[in-house]
Amino acid sequence: MTTLSRQSPGQPVEKGMPILEVRNLVKHFPVMTGMIFQRQIGAVKAVDDVSFTIHAGETLGLVGESGSGKSTTGRSILQLHQPTSGEVIFEGEDLVTIDKDHLRRKRSRMQMIFQDPYASLNARMTVGRIVSEPLLIHNTMPNPRERAEYVESLLERVGLDPYYINRFPHAFSGGQRQRIGIARALALNPAFIVADEPISALDVSIQAQVVNLLQDLQEELKLTYLFIAHDLSMIRYICRRVAVMYKGKIVEFAETNELYDNPVHPYTRALLSAVPIPDPVAEKKRRRLDPDPEAYYEESSHMTEISPGHWVSSSKAHFSK
Amino acid sequence: MGVLLEVKDLVVRFYTQEGVVYAVNGVDYTLNEGETLGVVGESGSGKSVHLLAMMGLIPQPPGKIERGQVLFEGRDLLTMSPREIRSIRGGQIAMVFQDPMTSLNPYLRVGTQIIEAIRVHKSVSARDARRRTIELLDMVGIADAAHRVDDYPHQFSGGMRQRVMIAMALSCDPKLLIADEPTTALDVTIQAQIVDLVKDLKNELGMAMIWVTHDLGVVAGLTDTINVMYSGLIVERGPIEKVFGDPANAYTLGLLSSLPRVDQRAGEQRIEQIDGSPPDMRIEPKADPFAPRNPYATERCFQEVPPLHPVDDQNRDHTTRAWYDLRKARSASTDA
Repeated sequence: MTTLSRQSPGQPVEKGMPILEVRNLVKHFPVMTGMIFQRQIGAVKAVDDVSFTIHAGETLGLVGESGSGKSTTGRSILQLHQPTSGEVIFEGEDLVTIDKDHLRRKRSRMQMIFQDPYASLNARMTVGRIVSEPLLIHNTMPNPRERAEYVESLLERVGLDPYYINRFPHAFSGGQRQRIGIARALALNPAFIVADEPISALDVSIQAQVVNLLQDLQEELKLTYLFIAHDLSMIRYICRRVAVMYKGKIVEFAETNELYDNPVHPYTRALLSAVPIPDPVAEKKRRRLDPDPEAYYEESSHMTEISPGHWVSSSKAHFSK
Repeated sequence: MGVLLEVKDLVVRFYTQEGVVYAVNGVDYTLNEGETLGVVGESGSGKSVHLLAMMGLIPQPPGKIERGQVLFEGRDLLTMSPREIRSIRGGQIAMVFQDPMTSLNPYLRVGTQIIEAIRVHKSVSARDARRRTIELLDMVGIADAAHRVDDYPHQFSGGMRQRVMIAMALSCDPKLLIADEPTTALDVTIQAQIVDLVKDLKNELGMAMIWVTHDLGVVAGLTDTINVMYSGLIVERGPIEKVFGDPANAYTLGLLSSLPRVDQRAGEQRIEQIDGSPPDMRIEPKADPFAPRNPYATERCFQEVPPLHPVDDQNRDHTTRAWYDLRKARSASTDA
């Protein structure tokens, strides 16, 4: 059990260089009908006009419940989904409009860590092959010997014994598999990582290990994270700033402690009131606020800054409360 | 309050192609009438398997109940005939599982399924069973129950389906409700609604409950007593305030220390992690199974399985399975 000092999310945000700017991001999925002659009868507005900025070296939390559009936002940023409209400006270039070759090169700078360590690793590849695959695809380290040494150093860095380099994923526990996924994400030396629910499939005793590893790596390698999760307790601990998504839109966005101590939007308030606290005294006092889905459905994406850095989507619902 | 359920030295193993899985390695506890017990542990800790085993719901083979007794109102569930256990299961003991979609038959209206459950256990007319079903759906907070009773499962959301399952579980006035991760698949706002619903119903109906979960937050507000399980053993047991307020087992302490809290600012300190990996269940525990991950482990922890014993003479109801004294070990390590 280790205790080291860490960057506190409560520190005021110094204006680092924006590494990523998302502007008016929209992702609609078509709803089709008909067996042979298909036609579109509507669209699911998974991400509906989302904008935010991430500064170099920070961790931004994106929270919301299932179907809120948080994962689609992460995937649209990495161009794993082609956005319907909007801009994703990463290190000064709009990923939505740059040509494919250029995007491919940019890809090495941004990586993803997935939720399910059982589904996201190819079961027929050895650990060494899984971690070296990005290097092969981008042809960044053609010398096999050099590559093997590098992969070993990556495994060591994420806390795995390089001795197991020729084993297959099934020989590893969930936590170890997530470490393999992290090693793979680090292989190309990225600047920015989208971590999509990276701990929610893991046992409680393993979650803290992975979180501490991600924080150590961030400090050491100057990484920037977009941390997508539904666990609001862990988000409070990890993130400097937090955006709350609901039905494809950001409804509230603030520095972490400001958001948790002074939530304004009725959805944020309901969400925070529902989080159980592992302390019988506090938990028996906690009172749940009922979310009312109709009361705060936002047609507009306009946001108002109610205090420095604290943005709330503008609707009648919360100003009339 | 009388004793409702008594589990004695329950041992369950699975004989698989990859070897023997030591799933439950000697579990003992009692549950009083009207008491709420939380069972927490990680995957493979035996928390679900021991309950499935005592309800006769593990496939045999590969599973095998090696020994033990499960006395429900003094009668051993493990030696009952299939017919006898079926009359208790779903009647006096009801169960709610994690996934409300797979627990309901998608081809049948929800009302039909609840009516069937009622009529299996009670001789009532179809009309009375339907009236009772509508009452139950109304009681679990399903609006417009008189019409919803004729809907199919897919017409309900995940949270509403779990309410239907709870209604079905309550249909025969059980003395004991066993809930196995009933809110794990649900969003946090829906989870909170279901937990509050169950709390209210429990107070109203006075039944006993066993709530199985990996979420230490959910049990904190819900249960009187808690069993913490690791490697098929209870490693700590007691009133929830004592176990959470002053844990006596290093595993419980490790779990609680590794959880950030939504109501507290993150400090400068990192969260404390439990090092190492969960135990390999293909090895029979011959020592304290948590010893390899335990910074307070003593030599004896690696040699013998410790017994579950009271923390001290003032707290006979708070027990731990440990050779070390966690309070002394912690104060010694802070002094050093």
